[in-house]
Amino acid sequence: MDGQLFAQQVVSGLANGAVYASLALALVLIYRTTHVVNFAQGEMAMFTTFVAWSLNNRMSYWPAFVLTLAFAFVFGAAIERVVIRPVEQASHLTVIMVTIALFVTVNGFVLWVWTPDLRDFPTPFTGEPVVVAGVFFARHEIGIIALTVATVVVLWAFFRFTKLGLAMRAAAIRPEAARLLGVRVGWMLALGWGFAAVLGAIAGMMTAPLRLLDPNMMQPVLIYAFAAAVLGGIASPAGAVIGGFTIGVGINLLATYVDFVTPELELPVAFAVLIGILLFRPAGIFGRVAARRV
Amino acid sequence: MSVGFAVRAGAFVLAVGAIALLPRFISDFRALQLGTVAIFFIALLGLNILTGHAGQISLGHGAFMGIGGYTTAVLTSDFGGLSWEMNDLATVPIAGLVAGVVGFLFGFPALRLAGVYLALATFALAVALPSLARSQKLAGITGGSEGIILPRLPPTGDWLYYVCWSFALPMFVLAWLIVRGRLGRAFRAVRESEIAAVSSGISLPLYKTVAFGISAFYAGVAGALLAIPTTAIFPDTYPVALSIILLTGVVVGGLGSLAGMAIGALFIQFIQTDGPQWLQAVLDRVGVDINETAPGVPSVLYGLLLLAVLLTARSGVAGLLARGVSVLTNRIYHRPIKRQATPSRREA
Repeated sequence: MDGQLFAQQVVSGLANGAVYASLALALVLIYRTTHVVNFAQGEMAMFTTFVAWSLNNRMSYWPAFVLTLAFAFVFGAAIERVVIRPVEQASHLTVIMVTIALFVTVNGFVLWVWTPDLRDFPTPFTGEPVVVAGVFFARHEIGIIALTVATVVVLWAFFRFTKLGLAMRAAAIRPEAARLLGVRVGWMLALGWGFAAVLGAIAGMMTAPLRLLDPNMMQPVLIYAFAAAVLGGIASPAGAVIGGFTIGVGINLLATYVDFVTPELELPVAFAVLIGILLFRPAGIFGRVAARRV
Repeated sequence: MSVGFAVRAGAFVLAVGAIALLPRFISDFRALQLGTVAIFFIALLGLNILTGHAGQISLGHGAFMGIGGYTTAVLTSDFGGLSWEMNDLATVPIAGLVAGVVGFLFGFPALRLAGVYLALATFALAVALPSLARSQKLAGITGGSEGIILPRLPPTGDWLYYVCWSFALPMFVLAWLIVRGRLGRAFRAVRESEIAAVSSGISLPLYKTVAFGISAFYAGVAGALLAIPTTAIFPDTYPVALSIILLTGVVVGGLGSLAGMAIGALFIQFIQTDGPQWLQAVLDRVGVDINETAPGVPSVLYGLLLLAVLLTARSGVAGLLARGVSVLTNRIYHRPIKRQATPSRREA
């Protein structure tokens, strides 16, 4: 086995995995706050990336980045308030379909406004590859991994150490009790959606330089993120991050070392993983098996 | 035979007559479009049995249509090592059966998955299948990304119209028989409460897999028929968007209502082709110009209308119509409403 190739594939797998982890974390955040699996998460991320693309034409990268995150936050929170809230009490089927409706609307809106052309998207991490022990690593890949880890740490610190984070956790776990203690539960849920959209925006802006920016860019990423979230247990944030990195590295190594797995087969493999986990360990690696009330 | 049944049968006969005569009054182009409506109608009937009656969501019915379409393409073309070169219409039932068997088998993992997880699994199926068709490993069967060219030249609108509706109408009757019979009752029992269904002796594994099988059979037939007018099929002939649009059609038509699926199919077809112009015509009144030929406009319309139905009228257009029509039909025939007899007070 060629050690250099292996190391490079692991790092580039970690970079892909970082994107999956961000999106998976967004899915988990929404699942924990509102018990919705958001099928539109990928499309929302794609939409905010297009916004970032337009902003990038007017200003330099980092101001555009920050503005995009702010936009994503407001957008996510607004979606929760306007379309998710009315179906809060409805059946699973209805809620899933609402997110599907969002998926179609957002995808169509981007096609409409930005046209289906492929576009280049800049990366902030440019320059010579980093050389460690004679092995070259692309700077963008290192950058993605660092940015994702930083985001996860910030998010964890927010939920662990701030009063708002505590209120959000309370609103997710015991909405009634939280409300009695003066937490504005409705707004906490909207904040959850806002943070998820921010994570999605980061995932989108990091994916776009790897592939080309187009309206269907995030659909495969969403499947990997689903696989990651399910692998880690759909209600476990740590599981989602670990699941994301595992899926990223695993798929990359499979594609490198198993002849049968060509690039077209990477998605079907992710699908098989998803089905496999759902069948044999539906709660995921870090999830707890929920008892069903009869 | 009840009056209600007679009214329904009469309405069906009238509808058949209207469908048979309609091509005399419309252009060939419209006939082609209405032929495609029949294809969507078939797919929606199947999806409605699964989602509307058995209560199992599927975001992957486009994939089952794809299996049907590829079956027909492989059986009819002289492509690759497998050159059966069958007549394309003869392959349609086979395509249905192949998709049905795959659907039935997919029902087994689906058994263990409920709600959200089932949605995830079926959605992943819809995303994964086009990549599988594109794969070089399977190019000997699927033609890879170059796809397969079918032997038939583009048919005329009238031909497609009559062929598709000749499939659609018997399949509608079949769906109606399934839904009103023992099978349909069992499906609805599963939908309402799995625990209650099991307690009444309904086998969940059997009925869930059968529901998936039947509904995939319908999708397979629809996919095979869709392959014929497109004359060549590619992995992207059956994209993720198709699965999602089918679900849109079912919800807008009215979950649980079979006749409503005709409305759902019309919705799918005409939002795609004419929706943007209609929207522009409405917006012209207020002087707003949208670029109505832009590619995303139909999707936005699908999405917003689906959202509107979900937020305001969850029973779909069929539900709204039924509410309106019942005012009239109640005068023609009266459906006795079974009221609980007022409990007579026992004299002590």
